[in-house]
Amino acid sequence: MELKGKNLISPMDLSVEEMTFLFDTAEEIIASPQDFCELCKGALLASLFFEPSTRTRLSFEAAMLRLGGKVIGFSEPRSTSVEKGESIADTIRTVASYADIAAMRHPKEGAALVAAQKSTIPIINAGDGGHFHPTQTLTDMLTIRREKGGFGGITIGLCGDLKFGRTVHSLAFALARYGGIKFVLISPDELRLPEYVRDGIVDYAEVTDLREALPSLDVLYMTRVQRERFFNEEDYIRLKDSYILNAAKLKEARQDLMILHPLPRANEVSTDVDDDPRAVYFTQVKNGMYIRMALLAALLGRV
Amino acid sequence: MEVKNIQNGIVIDHIHAGFGLKILEHLDIDKGLGSVALLMNVPSEKYGRKDLIKLENTQSVDINILGLIDHQATVIYIKDGVIAQKTTVDLPKKVTNVIKCKNPRCVTSVEPVPHIFHLVEGSGKYRCEYCDNAVKSFDE
Repeated sequence: MELKGKNLISPMDLSVEEMTFLFDTAEEIIASPQDFCELCKGALLASLFFEPSTRTRLSFEAAMLRLGGKVIGFSEPRSTSVEKGESIADTIRTVASYADIAAMRHPKEGAALVAAQKSTIPIINAGDGGHFHPTQTLTDMLTIRREKGGFGGITIGLCGDLKFGRTVHSLAFALARYGGIKFVLISPDELRLPEYVRDGIVDYAEVTDLREALPSLDVLYMTRVQRERFFNEEDYIRLKDSYILNAAKLKEARQDLMILHPLPRANEVSTDVDDDPRAVYFTQVKNGMYIRMALLAALLGRV
Repeated sequence: MEVKNIQNGIVIDHIHAGFGLKILEHLDIDKGLGSVALLMNVPSEKYGRKDLIKLENTQSVDINILGLIDHQATVIYIKDGVIAQKTTVDLPKKVTNVIKCKNPRCVTSVEPVPHIFHLVEGSGKYRCEYCDNAVKSFDE
């Protein structure tokens, strides 16, 4: 499978076969990480975070270091020439002169595509505003595959902020390519899944009541209502507590339900859920590092 | 009202009534080449009312722009007083710097890149290349 030199901007940039290859590679890494510890020796990752991140940035950096590569970058754009008004295009041309691959997060939608159009090294979209987050999708899907054995025939509930939730948009597009998946879209009217994403999925139902949807689900994907996506604080305050999953509500769910969350969470998943075996969001975090190891190695042509 | 036939040039016929002025604005015609006539609210057997543009001494118009604003229009090329070619226009698959992305979260709001929109087949909608924001028509 030749992924060397590709960009990953949208979840649809990877074919089903390429995703399978990455999941299989991640499984090999999980089984025997020591066999991969020098795979990317001599390679340099640029970690470009124009917006705050804990998991995505650290998992990319940990992934590269665990592959034997090195990392440069920033987690705070105010320490760079971006603060002086430098464009994304000029920033990426500069970075491409130093590094072999770049992971970029930016608050503006389409920023990663602009970077990819100007870059001579592979660009990985680590989140572009409320648009896409394809490596979170790979993380989510690896977790589902490991727990459920595959994607065919599952019913997945996407809950919370479906409008600005970039992880939801990416996941919906990517999963829609597998047969027999049913989506239950659980959100208030104001935070419905955007039309361009709904157009990309076939079998879905839209509901506003989490409790009503819960018994039918194989997978529940919870999301945070993101303060940073709202221009109006009043709207955020009105909508932030729309859905809260707690141990009491979970009594109505199936015993083989999987609860995923891209994290960080606010209060939408109560901490009394954390010890429930159905809550796999911290396993998901670890899978995020392994799948990014597989991705970095593949885009650098090392696997 | 009478506007004489042109010997050489282009007639854009069957324009939706009321769209003629907008088309003329966006066609960016070199007005030094010849006379330009815009007829509005002309009676039409097919559409009831239509607009019509006559461009003398020119043989090219931006069909993409025309298709985007009004794909009902017909373009008639006239040479030496006779119709040399008649063509209808389709919605263009891609338009650059014609529609502006109005999504304040789009990278086009901060980065000096062209505003590129792609046609979504079968829907008549256009999506921003960068943020996927959709517009249904030229007016949006």
